[in-house]
Amino acid sequence: MSRKTIGIVLVALALLALPLVLTQVGTAWVRIANLAILFIFLSLGLNIVVGMAGLLDFGYVAFYAVGAYTWALLASPHFNLHLPFWAILPIGALFACVAGALLGAPTLRLRGDYLAIVTLGFGEIVRIFMNNLSAPFNVTNGPKGITRIDGLAVGGLDFRATDRFLGIDFTGPAKYYYVLLLLLLFVIAVNLRLQNSRIGRAWVAIREDEIAAKAAGIDTRNVKLLAFAMGASFGGIAGGMFAAMQGFVSPESFVLHESIMILAMVVLGGMGNVWGVIAGALLLSFVPEFLRYTVEPAQKMLFGRLLVEPEVLRMLVFGAALVLTMRFRPAGLWPESWHKREMREGEAA
Amino acid sequence: MTVLLAADNISKRFGGVQALKDVSLTIRAQEIYGLIGPNGAGKTTFFNVLTGLYTRDSGTIEFAGRPLRLGSPHKVAQAGIARTFQNIRLFGNMTALENVMVGRHVRTHAGVFGAILRTRAQREEEAAIRRRAEELLVYVGIGQRAGDLARHLSYGDQRRLEIARALATDPQLLALDEPAAGMNATETAALRQLIEGLRADGLTVLLIEHDVKLVMGLCDRVAVLDYGEKIAEDVPETVQRDPRVIEAYLGGQVGDGAH
Ligand SMILES: Nc1ncnc2c1ncn2[C@@H]1O[C@H](COP(=O)(O)OP(=O)(O)OP(=O)(O)O)[C@@H](O)[C@H]1O
Ligand SMILES: [Mg+2]
Repeated sequence: MSRKTIGIVLVALALLALPLVLTQVGTAWVRIANLAILFIFLSLGLNIVVGMAGLLDFGYVAFYAVGAYTWALLASPHFNLHLPFWAILPIGALFACVAGALLGAPTLRLRGDYLAIVTLGFGEIVRIFMNNLSAPFNVTNGPKGITRIDGLAVGGLDFRATDRFLGIDFTGPAKYYYVLLLLLLFVIAVNLRLQNSRIGRAWVAIREDEIAAKAAGIDTRNVKLLAFAMGASFGGIAGGMFAAMQGFVSPESFVLHESIMILAMVVLGGMGNVWGVIAGALLLSFVPEFLRYTVEPAQKMLFGRLLVEPEVLRMLVFGAALVLTMRFRPAGLWPESWHKREMREGEAA
Repeated sequence: MTVLLAADNISKRFGGVQALKDVSLTIRAQEIYGLIGPNGAGKTTFFNVLTGLYTRDSGTIEFAGRPLRLGSPHKVAQAGIARTFQNIRLFGNMTALENVMVGRHVRTHAGVFGAILRTRAQREEEAAIRRRAEELLVYVGIGQRAGDLARHLSYGDQRRLEIARALATDPQLLALDEPAAGMNATETAALRQLIEGLRADGLTVLLIEHDVKLVMGLCDRVAVLDYGEKIAEDVPETVQRDPRVIEAYLGGQVGDGAH
């Protein structure tokens, strides 16, 4: 076995064992890991739009919301519908995809800052819709949100309950973990395959120089729409999983802050480079949680009382990380071009 | 000789500037056609109108016997016109090879699902795109640069790369906007050979160039623009002696090598 294969096997084993280990520490940590995976998934979806096609999207959370509400409405007592996951996830992806095309179509001529402003507005509009679509017909139940949403159930396997398997207890969150991991592998494969494909190259070409891309024969209109629609579909799938996992959705989960967070993950890690984006997403989802759980005890131990709220410190670290990245690594921690050079050196060696 | 491109009474105005005024010209198949004129004469504007990047105010363009639609550059590329830019426009963070592979876009078909599923057709097409791109890099003389990022190439190599990307679209007409600008004598000589080779391979070349020696040595016919108007169109020897052309150049700047 080559060193690479051994490495992959070790990483795979570690990832498989992780939820079992975390369960010992506390189920809350499994939930944190799940949300982290969900955010990696989201940032890889957004990577298609921002990283590859270079379309600055500040409203990505809208598609996440569409997916979440699709699941919530089709699998809860709210409308008394209880569709199976294999129907809801594709429908959610489709709705999000349509929303993506709706956002994309009128904004095709916009670039950079202007596009950022319009997408930001779009994200807010979707959230406000969710907030107000409770009268005259109660569609979204307004700010109260939708409760008692069905969890994921595959065949007879209920993802809410704990199952004993091979003498090991698998809690609900641990089981979600494995599903999310599977979905994550899928989105990584999609990203990697698109990256080295005709359409992926067209996206990057548009990002690099739209006029040259046009002159080289790319129908930039269609190709950009495709990026919006693809990115949005992944947002929709992530939203569905979120609703299933939490059992509750409300407009509060889909605020601008979330969009910015996902965008920051893409930018921090290195736009366009799958591994960079994953690193960025991991960093931005785990470090704050880590701080949240360690800062309080650490301060109590050192000073005997709480000096700085964990939430404050979290935002401080977050802000500092972004400022430092933009200052010293404007192309991200692990930029696409580096990755290319490493690949080439790897080939030559 | 068959006419490949016929531009008829093309006009284009930017605010107070009449960049093109009723410009008509015909380019025959397999000729090297020069487009010259003092700075700001409208040469680049003509390229932009021709390739659909600008909409024209009036006039028609017929290419290979069919009218060229307004304002859709990818349709122009599909019809068989490829171009390079005066101020080089490459995809800087893509490798040289990828830049050329982008040029194959218009002649290939694989979509998103083909790429995700890695269908057999997609894989074969992808391999063919790569092969063709590699060939073209070798053809323009930068085969050994395939893996370098475009922005890391030398100026002359970037110009060659732009030509390779244009060739990847399988054009009938290749429009070059000042390809020798910034090149030294050796590079210019190599460029000249390259263009002659292209013509020998059946391509038609439309060339904007300030290097008078290159234009006069290379072109079969030359058109001269001045303040948006065509003031001459003939074989180089005749154009060179045309009093209006001499006046246009001497009235403004000295033409040789000026930008
Ligand atoms: N996008 C534009 N907006 C406004 N004016 C323009 C634009 N493009 C060109 N012009 C003007 O049109 C005229 C012709 O410009 P053009 O670039 O076509 O000249 P050129 O013959 O290519 O000159 P050069 O030899 O310097 O490249 C100039 O006066 C220029 O300022
Ligand atoms: Mg010019």
